[in-house]
Amino acid sequence: MRLSSKDWQTLTFATLALAAAACLPFLTAGYWLTIGVTIAMYTVLSTSWALFSGPTHYISLATAAFFGVGAYVVGYGIEHLPYWSLLVIAGVIGAVMAALVGLTTLRLSGVYFVIFTLGLAEFIRQVITWVQNWTGQKGIYVLTSITEAHIYWQLVGLAALVFLTGWLIGRSRLGFALRIIGDDEEVARHSGIRTARAKILLFMVPGAVGAITGAILAPRYVYIEPILAFTPMLSFQVVIMALLGGTGRLWGPIVGVIPFTLLWEAISASFPNQTTLLLGLSFLVIVYLLPRGFVGLIDDIRARAGREALA
Amino acid sequence: MRAVSPVLSLRGVTKRFGGLVAVNGMDFDVAEHEVLGLIGPNGSGKSTTLNLISGALMPTAGTISLRGTPITELPAQDIARRGVSRTFQLVRLLPSMTVLENVKAGAVFGHRRRWGAEADTHAQAMLESVGLGGRGHLRVGQLTYIDTKRVELARCLASDPKVLLLDEWLAGLNPTELEEGIALIRRLRDEGRTVILVEHVMDAIRSLCDRCVVMASGTKIAEGGVSEVLSDPEVIRAYLGDDDA
Ligand SMILES: Nc1ncnc2c1ncn2[C@@H]1O[C@H](COP(=O)(O)OP(=O)(O)O)[C@@H](O)[C@H]1O
Ligand SMILES: [Mg+2]
Repeated sequence: MRLSSKDWQTLTFATLALAAAACLPFLTAGYWLTIGVTIAMYTVLSTSWALFSGPTHYISLATAAFFGVGAYVVGYGIEHLPYWSLLVIAGVIGAVMAALVGLTTLRLSGVYFVIFTLGLAEFIRQVITWVQNWTGQKGIYVLTSITEAHIYWQLVGLAALVFLTGWLIGRSRLGFALRIIGDDEEVARHSGIRTARAKILLFMVPGAVGAITGAILAPRYVYIEPILAFTPMLSFQVVIMALLGGTGRLWGPIVGVIPFTLLWEAISASFPNQTTLLLGLSFLVIVYLLPRGFVGLIDDIRARAGREALA
Repeated sequence: MRAVSPVLSLRGVTKRFGGLVAVNGMDFDVAEHEVLGLIGPNGSGKSTTLNLISGALMPTAGTISLRGTPITELPAQDIARRGVSRTFQLVRLLPSMTVLENVKAGAVFGHRRRWGAEADTHAQAMLESVGLGGRGHLRVGQLTYIDTKRVELARCLASDPKVLLLDEWLAGLNPTELEEGIALIRRLRDEGRTVILVEHVMDAIRSLCDRCVVMASGTKIAEGGVSEVLSDPEVIRAYLGDDDA
């Protein structure tokens, strides 16, 4: 693979940004580290979500399903296996789940896909609840010596991996195929692109990443319950943040994640009982006012500036 | 002369949409280097026939073979990979991409697959071959109508097709553009490409096609040399329009 000087610039900048982000735990251990974990978590989830949903325009609400399964892998496995191996297992299970969902739904239209993915998290949650009722359990304890800083560093590492994956896909045949599929699936098929295969492969990325994120976050919860691990709010927030930032660029979602997380912290502290309502409102506002997110806005401003410079 | 096995052959190919038989028992062959005209009044089933060949639709009955191998059941992407390339009656380009990237879609995927610099070079060469060498950097929205048609054609050519399916590629062009369009397709013919040309423009059919198949209400009503077919009383009656109820 040959790298242009622009590629080197991108890689250098990304490395420096991630290295800077990794310093946060040395500066603070309290409130701001907690916010940092939240931002890192949504960065990982939204970026991997946009990798798939950006080019294919399929809105996936399966994040909570992958996340919850990852959390439960750690919950059930922590007594038996080393922690790091659980991350790998979670990733594999998430990817396989995504492949199965893709095989059954990606041939259908987007509407079925949205509903199916939303139902998936709810379905798994019900199954686990049912199993736990049957065994007389309510939740499971995850007791480890993993600190908030450890969780944060793992998430930053995962973010690096997600960005690298996205960058490599963007330069690959698969990435080109996905852009064509996003523009016109029929043209894609008649050009010889195996559209279903490409979409399934790509959907495995948020599948694996979602599950690994759940596994990384599990020790933070200490006590895991289905309602917590599979909360649909997570899926919706990931979609909102990614759309707010914009899915047209790899760095788009993070531009939405940071302001949204900060704003959300403030809002949910002031109006703890109206969060669902406010989440729905913010969704409508974003879709109406910023259909292509901040990225689209930046592109428009640049284009306008370019035209004025010419005039 | 036709001892060589045909590139493409249809046998008893039928497509029903509910009660409507859009294509009814079509039989024809396309020989290598041949330009076959597929003509007939509106709604006679020409586009549906191309959709069946390219795999956009699955036939209700019959067999379609490419160089003797059945491709009837294959999905569109596999048919494209085997070398059947098509344009659409209503031009379909990739709106978020540049002209060159549109053509590259054909060079990267399709029958012969390329990547990297090889794909860029090939796409650029195909763009030049349709007369758009200097337009590669434009967005497709900035093109004139005939140029969008050229880009779509270049995308097909970039995939090294064995058979090219052109659905009313000349429709909607003004007289000057039409002349350019006909010249372009004549060049494809001179290069020895195998083409099925669905067309309404009689001048184009006369000057470009080796043979014609005429359809009316889903059925083949005539096949043969162009002048012979166009003087067939049944064909004339079909075109005068008392047939396609
Ligand atoms: N997808 C479809 N579903 C139902 N009917 C169709 C479909 N496609 C074409 N038809 C019908 O099949 C007939 C042939 O159409 P078409 O092949 O487009 O004709 P042509 O290209 O010769 O003008 C028409 O009556 C048309 O309405
Ligand atoms: Mg037609």
